[in-house]
Amino acid sequence: MTAATTIDSVDTVTVDRGPAEQDAILDIRNLQVFYSTPTGDVRAVDNVSFKVQRGEIIGLVGESGCGKTTTAMAILRLVQPPGRIAGGEINLDSVNLADLEGDDLRETRWTKLSLIPQGAMNSLNPVMRISSQIKDTIRTHEGRISNRELKERILQLLQLVGLPSRVYDMYPHELSGGMKQRACIAMAIALDPVLVIADEPTSALDVVVQRVVGETLLDVKERLGVSMIVIGHDMGLMAQLVDRLAVMYAGRIVEFAPVESIFNEQFHPYTQLLIESIPSIKEKKPLKLTEGLTHDLRTHMQGCIFQLRCPHVMDICREENPPMRALRSRHETACHLYDDDGVRLH
Amino acid sequence: MSELTLGYFLRRLGMWLLTIWIGATLIFTIPRLAPGDPITAMVERMIQQAGYIENSADLIEAWRARFGLDGPWHVQYRNYLLSMVRVDLGYSLANFPARVTDIIGRSLPWTLGMVSIATILSFCAGNLIGALMAWRRVPAFIRNILPVSLTFTSIPFFMFGILLISFLAFKWKIFPAFGNYGRGVEPGWNLDFILSVLHHGLLPVLSIVVTSMGFWALGMRGMMVTTDGEDYMILANAKGLRSRRIFWFYGIRNSMLPQVTALALNLGAVAGGSLLVELIFGYPGLGYFLYQAIISADYTVIQGIVFMLIVGVATAVLILDLLYPMIDPRITYSKGQA
Repeated sequence: MTAATTIDSVDTVTVDRGPAEQDAILDIRNLQVFYSTPTGDVRAVDNVSFKVQRGEIIGLVGESGCGKTTTAMAILRLVQPPGRIAGGEINLDSVNLADLEGDDLRETRWTKLSLIPQGAMNSLNPVMRISSQIKDTIRTHEGRISNRELKERILQLLQLVGLPSRVYDMYPHELSGGMKQRACIAMAIALDPVLVIADEPTSALDVVVQRVVGETLLDVKERLGVSMIVIGHDMGLMAQLVDRLAVMYAGRIVEFAPVESIFNEQFHPYTQLLIESIPSIKEKKPLKLTEGLTHDLRTHMQGCIFQLRCPHVMDICREENPPMRALRSRHETACHLYDDDGVRLH
Repeated sequence: MSELTLGYFLRRLGMWLLTIWIGATLIFTIPRLAPGDPITAMVERMIQQAGYIENSADLIEAWRARFGLDGPWHVQYRNYLLSMVRVDLGYSLANFPARVTDIIGRSLPWTLGMVSIATILSFCAGNLIGALMAWRRVPAFIRNILPVSLTFTSIPFFMFGILLISFLAFKWKIFPAFGNYGRGVEPGWNLDFILSVLHHGLLPVLSIVVTSMGFWALGMRGMMVTTDGEDYMILANAKGLRSRRIFWFYGIRNSMLPQVTALALNLGAVAGGSLLVELIFGYPGLGYFLYQAIISADYTVIQGIVFMLIVGVATAVLILDLLYPMIDPRITYSKGQA
């Protein structure tokens, strides 16, 4: 690909995205989440910025401990001590969630943004019926509603996610893993939020159920036009579900692009290794991405965060932190290996 | 969710009967394993006191027949079980004309009232303190004060009882040192009597509650910390539920389950432990009379009271067993389900 065509496409897309930019439902700027430890702060999320458009599904991938779930918990303001939001803005519908406290925060939760939790197995209160757990959410935020109206609404929600109405009176232990996850999805959309965060919605489910849950999510998104952030390791689910994919490494986003674009062409060496490590049935590939070499997250790294594991590390990588740059249309990467047009320098 | 079925109830009732039968059999067996027999021992004691009793051998024979202690053991056992079924516990050896059932009938309500109130208070207060200690949203200064209320846990309750008596009853004379109600108060449903009962019962109840609630608090704190780490607690917060609702319906509701099991397991200890309290406070309940019976070797009264304790604990466990599936839906009434 030549430099000229790349510039063209960047230009056209920038024009296209003019109105879309204003329609960003979530705008995260320089988000920092630190965990304090006796030997210093662990920078779990460090200067993460991204936007989610209305009705868009963003995927967040990366290895365990890279800060995916911490980012999600920060958006929900659920970072538990010793963790804290150390800086940045989380603008949801032009309200900065990072500034909200007390009842303002409580009332924003679930009405504006909801969570489909990781491990739906334990995410439902085992001593309450499914219906009661959806009821208490609706009642807390909407005040008194007649039982009949409430029941009708909950049955509709269950139907929307493909659950039979008998689930209404059931307890969590009477449901299968996939049914529990779908009950969680029903709960997440009960108050018609603008943003749903799904934290590994398909982990611990078998492949068929994974597929069903993925389709349920897509279906819900299409019907309600809700925006989603989907966190996960499952590249198959990501390809099926998301519009844009963000690759995180050591608390930062290193590559952010439309999902087709990123599966076609990866710029960041970490993304390349990540995509290469997807198992293939056709060939046995050696694993190139090794574990356990991430730098100490307590120290502020001079230069690029991936330098210790990068196969193409250069001198500049040890000195200067690469900024996020659009190397293709809407395809942003933080890497010194390329010039502004996405041409590899070395 | 399966409803309470007759089958489940009958199975539990069967367990209840089995427990009582085994208890009754042990009560029957153990004294008979000991050398000598109570009648001879008593007559010998009387001989020591009086110097000489005429026809002591005849007397012993007659009394043995009167108390059903003659005849082969299986006949004795059959008669014993039959009398248990008829709730006829025989006569007191030490105070002969008095029937054991009368002694128990007089003292049981006092023990039942005092111990059950003390147990319920201790269970509720202890669990609440423990839950608050583990609840991060409680202000730190309250969470730091709470453990102070548990310092008395390491003191045996009878020592604490003596402490209460010496300060509150003897030194400052705020509360009576012994008894269940004041002299000159007419028993019945009148205010004076009720106030007097409360006034007398407060110290024994206090000594049990203060020294035993730490047990519940520590268990509850551990459970609550575990529960607080569960995924459904994170989701409850994300749902924007009010803090109180999360605390009671998500936190305590789930942490309670093992505590209720512990309560059922501890009822025996609670009943046994109250005996010493009654003794110290001169509270005329089962424990007080049990002590009197033990020092006067009144076997029939000992047997009767121990039997009543067994029935009481078995009944309480039966009730908890019937309630348990209601508080934990994962435990079902029906057979063969997980």
